[in-house]
Amino acid sequence: MPRLTRWFIKTAMIYFVAALIVGGLLLARSAFDWPAGIAALTPVYFHLLMVGWVTQLIFGMLFWMLPRYSKEQPRGNERLAWAAYGLINVGLLLRAIGEPWVTLQPEAGAGWLLAVSAVLQLLGGWAFIGTAWPRVKER
Amino acid sequence: MLRLSGWCARTALLYLGAGFLLGALMLFQKGVPIDPALLRLLPLHIEVALVGWTMQLAMGIAFWILPRFSRGPSHGNLMLGWLAYILLNVGVLSAGLGQWLGAPPIIPLLGRVIEMLAAVSFILHAWPRIKPIGT
Repeated sequence: MPRLTRWFIKTAMIYFVAALIVGGLLLARSAFDWPAGIAALTPVYFHLLMVGWVTQLIFGMLFWMLPRYSKEQPRGNERLAWAAYGLINVGLLLRAIGEPWVTLQPEAGAGWLLAVSAVLQLLGGWAFIGTAWPRVKER
Repeated sequence: MLRLSGWCARTALLYLGAGFLLGALMLFQKGVPIDPALLRLLPLHIEVALVGWTMQLAMGIAFWILPRFSRGPSHGNLMLGWLAYILLNVGVLSAGLGQWLGAPPIIPLLGRVIEMLAAVSFILHAWPRIKPIGT
């Protein structure tokens, strides 16, 4: 299993647990009448689950299992794939911090965190597509 | 990789790129407002990311790696697989674009029904391949 795959999968597992903790908080809010502000975590919960866990797990598996690009570069452009890993994770963390912050304190001027997060995640997603696309080879 | 799997994987990657773009536009709008209409992209974003990317990729990989048959066509009835691919993509576009563009509610509903038919077609293809290897 390539090193990047291990990083993708282990990071994905951490997000899986984090997502379920956030999801639990959202349910606890209703059950125990906790502050309504906790609901600001709802989009973070979905994205920790779908980007942090599901998509990142898939990325790790695809990087490992897609057909080889060439003898010299079996996994294609590995630098680009590492860039995808970094960009997606920094972007997602910024979102996890920035989105509840902006929702609860719109006057705090933290909107730029979300804008940077958006750009980083977009670049990260497209970078991964750039590495995976040439490896989708038919017989 | 099977030709059908290649088509599913490439189409799924296109949806992934679109999903990241739509999500980035909405997140940017939340942080640095440009145009409130961007937030209406949410149903399309969800459709593209969940069905266009995740489910389509899972189907494509299944077509590729499920056990093959030792007699007859090795991958079973691939026509059902192609039908599932076409139906899924028609369904995603109808359900996703229909909701985003504010089309009559029957259009996204039909899209969802077509996605369900894609799932049935996929299952009819894959069911017999869920078996021990070499049989």
